[in-house]
Amino acid sequence: MAKGIKDKVAILGMGCAKFGERWDKDAEQLAVEAFQEAIADAGIDTSQIDAAWLSVAFDAVNIGPSGIPLATALRLPNIGVTKVENYCASGTEAFRGAVYAVASGAADIALAVGVEKLKDTGYGGLPVRTRGSTFDMIGVTGSAPGNFAQLAAAYRNAHGVSKDDLKLAMAHVSVKSHANGAKNPKAHLRKLIDIDTVMNAPMIADPLGLFDCCGVSDGAACAIVTTPEIAHTLGKRDLVTVKALQIVTSNGWESQGTGWNGSYFHTTRTAAVKAYDEAGVTNPRDEISLIEVHDCFSITELVTMEDLYISPEGEGWKDVLNGFFDADGKVPCQIDGGLKCFGHPIGASGLRMIYENYLQLLGRAGERQRSTPPRLALSHNLGGMPNQNVSAVAIVGLPDA
Amino acid sequence: MNADSGILSYGAYIPRLRLQRSAIFAANAWFAAGLKGLAMGERAIANWDEDSVTMAVEAARDCLTGFDRGTVTALSLASTTHPFADRLNSGIVKEALTLSDSISALDVAGSQRAGTSSLIQALNAGVNGGTQLCVASELRKARPASEGELVQGDAAAAILVGAGDPIARFIGSHSVTLDFVDHFRASGADFDYTWESRWIRDEGYSMLLGDALAAAIETLVVDPAKIDRLLIPITVRGVPEGLAKKLGVPAAAVADTLAPNVGDSGVAHPLLMLAAALEQARPGETIMLVGFGQGCDVLLFETTEAIANLPRRDGFSGALARGKADENYLRFLFHRGLLDLDRGMRAEADQKQPGTTLFRNRKTVLGLVGGRCTKTGTVQFPRSEISVNPTDRAIGTQEDYPLAEKQARIVTYTADSLTYSPAPPQYYGMIDFEGGGRMFTEFADVDAESIEVGLAMKMMFRIKAVDEKRDFIKYFWKAVPVQQPAAGE
Repeated sequence: MAKGIKDKVAILGMGCAKFGERWDKDAEQLAVEAFQEAIADAGIDTSQIDAAWLSVAFDAVNIGPSGIPLATALRLPNIGVTKVENYCASGTEAFRGAVYAVASGAADIALAVGVEKLKDTGYGGLPVRTRGSTFDMIGVTGSAPGNFAQLAAAYRNAHGVSKDDLKLAMAHVSVKSHANGAKNPKAHLRKLIDIDTVMNAPMIADPLGLFDCCGVSDGAACAIVTTPEIAHTLGKRDLVTVKALQIVTSNGWESQGTGWNGSYFHTTRTAAVKAYDEAGVTNPRDEISLIEVHDCFSITELVTMEDLYISPEGEGWKDVLNGFFDADGKVPCQIDGGLKCFGHPIGASGLRMIYENYLQLLGRAGERQRSTPPRLALSHNLGGMPNQNVSAVAIVGLPDA
Repeated sequence: MNADSGILSYGAYIPRLRLQRSAIFAANAWFAAGLKGLAMGERAIANWDEDSVTMAVEAARDCLTGFDRGTVTALSLASTTHPFADRLNSGIVKEALTLSDSISALDVAGSQRAGTSSLIQALNAGVNGGTQLCVASELRKARPASEGELVQGDAAAAILVGAGDPIARFIGSHSVTLDFVDHFRASGADFDYTWESRWIRDEGYSMLLGDALAAAIETLVVDPAKIDRLLIPITVRGVPEGLAKKLGVPAAAVADTLAPNVGDSGVAHPLLMLAAALEQARPGETIMLVGFGQGCDVLLFETTEAIANLPRRDGFSGALARGKADENYLRFLFHRGLLDLDRGMRAEADQKQPGTTLFRNRKTVLGLVGGRCTKTGTVQFPRSEISVNPTDRAIGTQEDYPLAEKQARIVTYTADSLTYSPAPPQYYGMIDFEGGGRMFTEFADVDAESIEVGLAMKMMFRIKAVDEKRDFIKYFWKAVPVQQPAAGE
């Protein structure tokens, strides 16, 4: 049995670019923006970085299929730069590479950068792309909202929830994230919205309306990690350590096997169990202080509350309506606005979630700072579609948590 | 002819949507007021994802109901609208039907009687010809505001011919060939060019066809008064009735030309009328079938006792009943490529199909053949080296498991208005097959009001995407709702 990653790696510094429609910036410039904040926070020099990971999901419209653009943009000291891509979970994948490098002892200080320049695609949503020549012959090239919208029909069917009740709970998810995003100066969407606006918005993929969908943004986020010991040596006093880091990849059971009913994420449930075990969490509803989940669509966030075992199965929609996940609720979810309002530059999103959790744990989140001091924060980063995906769960916390 | 060979089975397919001719006329009346006389009833229109190949597959599946597909030794596809000029269209049909690799296949074209001519060839082969599947399918384009746009319809039909216990014995045939150019369409052209209708009626139907029918009656030694069904696939009002009267065939024997509710389906039409007639015929009936086009074919059949025992199928009446009235003329024009709508960036995705990948996976893609683990019985799509069964990852144990004829139920669904579809919103989702196996698939012919988790679905062969850069059509299977009785019936 693996011993796990708990407390072997500390975050030395983090940074995040302003997300949004950054018409005047290239991907490389966004990476520099996030990196400058992170390296200042870390208090080190670029020459001290031993290895780097770069996450980008759409290479055709970004920076190409290698780590060279990052090495060049940051003028990294001729170290290994690995470009990773794992759908929308790419950001956590880059973080994992850096964390594992440090934990193994192969690197003292490692860098993870995620960046995406989506607003150069010309699309309102995500661009159409191939999933491989075999998939393209027999798969469905639906849109992202279409793929995730299917959760709703299956969830209603599995739990006997009416269309209206579910739509209202989904609307609450989005209204809450807009309220949070309004307080976040780096967020893409900072406008308050009301329930009626969400309920009456144009339909994108039934039952997801426009406001059930997250922002499509440009942005970058960055983490610099090391061991707790080296962090102390470097004079870092306010530490956040990695408690758990799990990535679970579908093996075809949901889409080809028997038993999955389409209403939940099998991978997220598996990743959550592994992560709680790794972090020593036994009762997540009470022990986790706040969560950042992959709220690409309102329905995704709603079912994820159950898949992370925060809400009982079939009851998540009630917790949502009761304000359990609001900024002043028991377990705030998307206190930074989430993908919904902070935005979703694919390769950066997983790192952006950890960035927010890091700030909240250190009490550095400004106007949106959680009043109850958080101790353990979870991020959930998902790529693909419900029947075939990559689900990542990262838990970070104070050293004594 | 040989008493032991003849027609073994029949099948039909008519696309679901029936465009109201009044809608076509209403849009064009300002320009072509003279079309008013044709603005009655409805015509069958193929959906955007159907063509002569996909419709042929559906008619052939209907025809093969209850038959062992392994017995088919030859396949022909008659059409003047084959999607490919040089790629064996019937070869695609063969793959979709998962027929044996060891069959012959032939595309037949060139005139509106290509269907009857290929049927004659198959029937003349007699007991030595094996079991031959003759399919005819047609999806013609007509210019907006033309007569053809109103009178034509899209459909396919299939006739299985061979030795055994025929439902109809082939008595014989008579053909004439004359370069009578009532209309023509040059190779690669989109539209027919048609000569004056009065000349076609007088010289073509009354004289050329009338004489051929008279000669057939004499040659085949049949008493015209004893013909039970006369199938003349000419939808011009009064023509079949006039010919019957002239020949002494009883008026009651003149078959419905399907003009009011299907339209003239070109090469498919004689076979479609034959399928409709066989569905109603009792044992011992005499059926005369006509094909017309630069001459004509006349075929004579006599039904047998076996016709009463043919396994049930949707057939012509099932295909007809599946119809849904449609009044969206602009959508029809768009689906025919006659209206260049702004399709947006999502339609720009490159649909290039690697030939190697398609050939390697042809059973999976064209035949919807999945895998069944011989050790655990686990069914899956697509098949794979290592089983999807989480309790037994058996390696190399899977055998072919065809899924196309299995019914399924919806597990998840959505109506996607963002992704590009020529008929938005695009419906798709997960389905579970009866007997095991599931797939994530596109849906077709869906009604917004009836879709729900648990809805019964069946598979249909359709166009998945078109590579417009290279003129290649990518076919695959989609799930459609199992036919429900239409409202009010």
